[in-house]
Amino acid sequence: MRIDRVLAGVLAATLPCLSPAQQDTQKEIERYRQMLQESNPAELYEARGEELWKTRRGPRNASLERCDLGLGPGVVKGAYVRLPRYFADTGRVQDLESRLATCMVTLQGFTPEEARRKPFSGTGAPMITTDPFSGVGQRSVMTDLVAWIASESRGMTIAPSVSHPKERLAYQAGERLFYYRAGPYDFGCVTCHGEEGKRIRLQNLPKMTNAKDAQRAFGTWPGYRVSEGELRSMQWRMWECVRQMRFPELEFASDASIALITYLAKQAEGGTFDAPAIKR
Amino acid sequence: MADPMRIRANMTGDKVEVKVLMAHEMETGLRRDAGGNAIPAHFIRNVSVTYGGKTVLSAQWGTSVSRNPFLHFRFNGGKPGEKVMITWLDNKGEKRTDEAVIAGGG
Repeated sequence: MRIDRVLAGVLAATLPCLSPAQQDTQKEIERYRQMLQESNPAELYEARGEELWKTRRGPRNASLERCDLGLGPGVVKGAYVRLPRYFADTGRVQDLESRLATCMVTLQGFTPEEARRKPFSGTGAPMITTDPFSGVGQRSVMTDLVAWIASESRGMTIAPSVSHPKERLAYQAGERLFYYRAGPYDFGCVTCHGEEGKRIRLQNLPKMTNAKDAQRAFGTWPGYRVSEGELRSMQWRMWECVRQMRFPELEFASDASIALITYLAKQAEGGTFDAPAIKR
Repeated sequence: MADPMRIRANMTGDKVEVKVLMAHEMETGLRRDAGGNAIPAHFIRNVSVTYGGKTVLSAQWGTSVSRNPFLHFRFNGGKPGEKVMITWLDNKGEKRTDEAVIAGGG
């Protein structure tokens, strides 16, 4: 009884503090994220990616060092923040991952199927083992490369190109896809990402039409997902969102995926790129 | 062969502050793959840190440590320019040793 009374007293004393504490929650989460950043295992992926870039692979036994990511052959520094963009040699708008797949074909001699075979890292949470790209304990060359190339744009300003007609077309298609509602749940990207202050459980959902939210979201992918123990790329982010909406599977490096990324990159224009980040 | 560790060693005051990121699966042995088969346990058992031939940290780990573990600690008596050596040994007998030079720091 006495303990109950003491507890009640303690509760009464702490209750008025709860409200400012709740307001501070976001700040505390920020602090937590910063602490995590120091121990971000993305660094391990970045180191492997840098090695892989220089490693001779494939039927032609060639490295990717002459791969043109948009700023000229072999230029990696700052390439990520300028993508997606139009590439004259393929006649397509490409994001980093589809571009890397192109280079694996043209430089290293892989078939397009081989280049896209395992785009995502494999050791994820059990719920994604139905993912055709995954297998337990398997690493993805693509993911490692993405981690390093993205890290080479850290601190730079997000500045995708939308001047070429095909880039504008990709942007418009991406916008259409963003607002498109369908599937068994009548869901669309906009359902979760079209309003301010929404969240799923404790995850705040960025409003992608709001520059600040979009900059933060786009600027922190790729990211290391602590809950999955894996680094996840932008293509994976799109693929996973589409899966969660119960849409047909989003094909890796497809025009639809690139259109969505183009739209999001444009929304995030002017933001500071700070990835690979660390995620819940 | 396991991937190298990422080690940062800096002087903070009169102590050496060490931050280590290890690349390791740290499988608990409790998970199952898509086919329903148990994924065998694979985790770091022992970690030891030596400086100037002396052990400054020795740890016994188990499956409760996360994948790609991060270790952060300080020790006394280190000097800038000298090396710290870190070794882990896992339950399959795999071993990895890396070293880092202590930076001046603040």
